[in-house]
Amino acid sequence: MLELVLFYMASTIALVSTILALTRANATHALIYLILSLLAVAVIFYLIGAPFAAALEVVIYAGAIMVLFIFVIMMLNLGEKGDRREKQLLKPQVWIVPVIFALVLLVELVLVLSQSEPATTQGLVTAKQVGLTLFGPYVIAVEIASMLLLAGLVGAYHLGRRYLEEGREAKATRDKGHQISQEGVR
Amino acid sequence: MLQALILEDNVGCLMSDGMIILFALVVLLGAVGGAAVMTWWERRLLGVWQDRYGPNRLGPFGILQVAADMLKLLTKDDWVPPFADKVVFIFAPTAIVMAMMLGFAVVPFGPGLQIIDMNIGLLFFLGMTSLAVYSVLLGGLASNNKYALLGGLRSAAQMVSYEVFMGLALMGVVMLSGSFNLRVIVESQADGWYCISQFLGLFVFTIAGIAESHRLPFDLPEAEHELTAGFHTEYGGMKFAMFMLGEYLGLILISSMIVTLFFGGWLGPWLPPIVWFGLKTFVVICFFVLLRAAIPRPRYDQLMSLGWKIMLPLTLVNLIFTGAIALWLTGGGAA
Repeated sequence: MLELVLFYMASTIALVSTILALTRANATHALIYLILSLLAVAVIFYLIGAPFAAALEVVIYAGAIMVLFIFVIMMLNLGEKGDRREKQLLKPQVWIVPVIFALVLLVELVLVLSQSEPATTQGLVTAKQVGLTLFGPYVIAVEIASMLLLAGLVGAYHLGRRYLEEGREAKATRDKGHQISQEGVR
Repeated sequence: MLQALILEDNVGCLMSDGMIILFALVVLLGAVGGAAVMTWWERRLLGVWQDRYGPNRLGPFGILQVAADMLKLLTKDDWVPPFADKVVFIFAPTAIVMAMMLGFAVVPFGPGLQIIDMNIGLLFFLGMTSLAVYSVLLGGLASNNKYALLGGLRSAAQMVSYEVFMGLALMGVVMLSGSFNLRVIVESQADGWYCISQFLGLFVFTIAGIAESHRLPFDLPEAEHELTAGFHTEYGGMKFAMFMLGEYLGLILISSMIVTLFFGGWLGPWLPPIVWFGLKTFVVICFFVLLRAAIPRPRYDQLMSLGWKIMLPLTLVNLIFTGAIALWLTGGGAA
């Protein structure tokens, strides 16, 4: 009983905060709602017997990925100009078509869910089980994910390196110019 | 289901429900009181190491300085700058205090003396410390001030980087003890503390812990000499006090975690377990203060390259060796 009450509370928070995250014009506020939604999903994971997934949701999604999002917002530092532009983008006409499509999907989802068996939890899913499944039947998915991350890493390194070298060259030419002008003075 | 879950998750706890609530209150008050006394103790210790007195006027050894500071902060004008994002500005300092307080829920103070004995206790702690980052970030962003923004940016990069090997450094301990449960981790250290077998993990975790609680020498988000006061430039009065409270709570939490994970937690001869835990935590806290007195603040790029070029490889080496030895000891693989 208590479990049901907690579940519905957490899912209400998740739904409401997700909707608010979509409709906020201010990027910071939207992100705070998104973080709230992720935390609510973590509570749901915990309630249906997956504490390991719940912890990872908090550590990785809420604690690391969202921090990077905020980092980008800080770097861009749009301020009120960004808010105004976002408000223009979020005009009511824009919502009509996506809402219709989403409603169709919702009806489909409800139909599918009403026909299938309700998912039952098979007790607790421990960290050990998660590890054994990841490196057992799903090992190829893990390897592909790591290749993707490696590609991302190499790409980021390449971009950062080019930027560094350009900076060095610019500095070198500037120093040279400085020397010439000094010699001219002499 | 939930009942079963909580029962399963709270196996080692010997207290009844009412007792747990009472104990949680004691821990909360103790942590806040400890953090308050820490402000005085840190200044006295720094005084000793810098060959001066520190606050020594009010009360015995100057301990009432804490009360004086509190009165001063409470009576200050609680001002929100008109250019700030008001709601986020007020929310930001509470986030760090809430997250750090929640972190104390899983700390095992003694056998059975734990608010909740979670099977994922270690991950819960990591989650809470990573949520505490938002306080600094949002504070810096909502202040709408360039120094605060720079401080927030630095803290974002610093904390995301150091979180990576903070978590990885602990995986050696998890491998050896075979559990994320902090009580089990302490009990498995009965025949040898992990500070010996996991010295690399201890080293990396300590440094990452300082970076994570953004204390000197890694307080680049604040960096008075270049950023005024960094992320809390616009904060004053009680809201500033909340940031400070959160920082000291973080220091106590990280110290008690180091004791739990590497120095055998409550284990020790003669004295009662809780006394051992308190003593060890106290020593670790003093060590952190000594670090503050002894080491200058690194430059920002030095901090980042220390993290990614030294700390990360060290953790990975530690992980590989620990894994190999654990595999060898269990006789060639559990599967």
